Amino acid sequence: MSAQHGDIGIARIKDVLRGDGEDRAAAAAARVAELAEREQLLDVAYASYDSPLGTGYVAATERGIVAVALPNRDPDEFLEKLADGISPRVLELPARLDQARRELDQYFAGSRRRFELDLDWTLVPPGFYGRVLRATAKLPFGATKTYAEVAGEAGNARAYRAAGTALGTNPIPLVVPCHRVLRSGGVLGNYGGGPEMKRFLLEHEGVIRGD
Amino acid sequence: MSAIAARPPFQRFLDEHRAPVLGFLRAMVGPNDAEDCFQETFIAALRAYEEMDGRHPRAWVMTIARRKAIDHHRARARRPEPRDELPEHPAPPASGGLGELDGEVWAAVAALSDVQRSAIALRYAADLSYREIGEALDCSEAAARRRVADGVAALRGMIDREEAR
Repeated sequence: MSAQHGDIGIARIKDVLRGDGEDRAAAAAARVAELAEREQLLDVAYASYDSPLGTGYVAATERGIVAVALPNRDPDEFLEKLADGISPRVLELPARLDQARRELDQYFAGSRRRFELDLDWTLVPPGFYGRVLRATAKLPFGATKTYAEVAGEAGNARAYRAAGTALGTNPIPLVVPCHRVLRSGGVLGNYGGGPEMKRFLLEHEGVIRGD
Repeated sequence: MSAIAARPPFQRFLDEHRAPVLGFLRAMVGPNDAEDCFQETFIAALRAYEEMDGRHPRAWVMTIARRKAIDHHRARARRPEPRDELPEHPAPPASGGLGELDGEVWAAVAALSDVQRSAIALRYAADLSYREIGEALDCSEAAARRRVADGVAALRGMIDREEAR
């Protein structure tokens, strides 16, 4: 056996067998989610959406929109939350999120003031926190309330701090508009996406004026 | 909706293993049928996700892929084909852009025994360690090493014969 001419090197076996594997594999993998849905094996579908602030993610179960990741958040953390809180059978399937992505687009373009999406409240905690978030969900575009007000609607006006904490756990921001809840005296208060994002959204809705 | 503890989101599992699984299947059943086997593999993995051995996810998914490749060969052997010549082994990819030498390697891999082809595909197409190959093929690490070495020797033998002609 001659070492150079007739020798089939291991490097060559690898080259031939792997080829342009990654691209081909990505294409093949994209079809798995569709098949999984057809076989009813998909518990959570998600997709990305674009916004003036960057790319975010939105996820749905059969029942409706279950979670939104604000722009520029870590997608891995988002997927972990879905896997831990609902089911690890999570796959990217933009077709299942057409309506949500369209409505988010329209919201950021200024042509939509109200979301008409079914919601799945699975990730919303029970009790006071849940009541705060449900009260927040009713706040219309361009309107605001204080933490004390939503706490009151949830049954305990003095628990405004807890109301703030509840809003911090909001799994469906934007659609459940926790950015419309402010501290008293017009101070914007905290926001999961950062204070600049809250400011951007409130300017976008005409609540406060841009500089 | 079943709660399965401590499983990564399936999308991440898919992203992590898609390239080695497809590489393995291309070597096992040929590029034309590899995609179908690939879909079947991940659908089966999704169905059985609770049963995954979290410590050896790659060996686990390769075991499923290998089963799909074997099923595929069996179905093929049963299916009567309107051809005189039954392709007993995976066909090498169509020659588009492929060097003659690549075709030679594919043909030689296709001509290996199932055991050797599995070992070669797991080692060089899917990049598994010998320990993982042992887990996927249900043999010892030493046996896995031997199968790969035998496969390489067989490939060399075939290609040398070809070139000696």
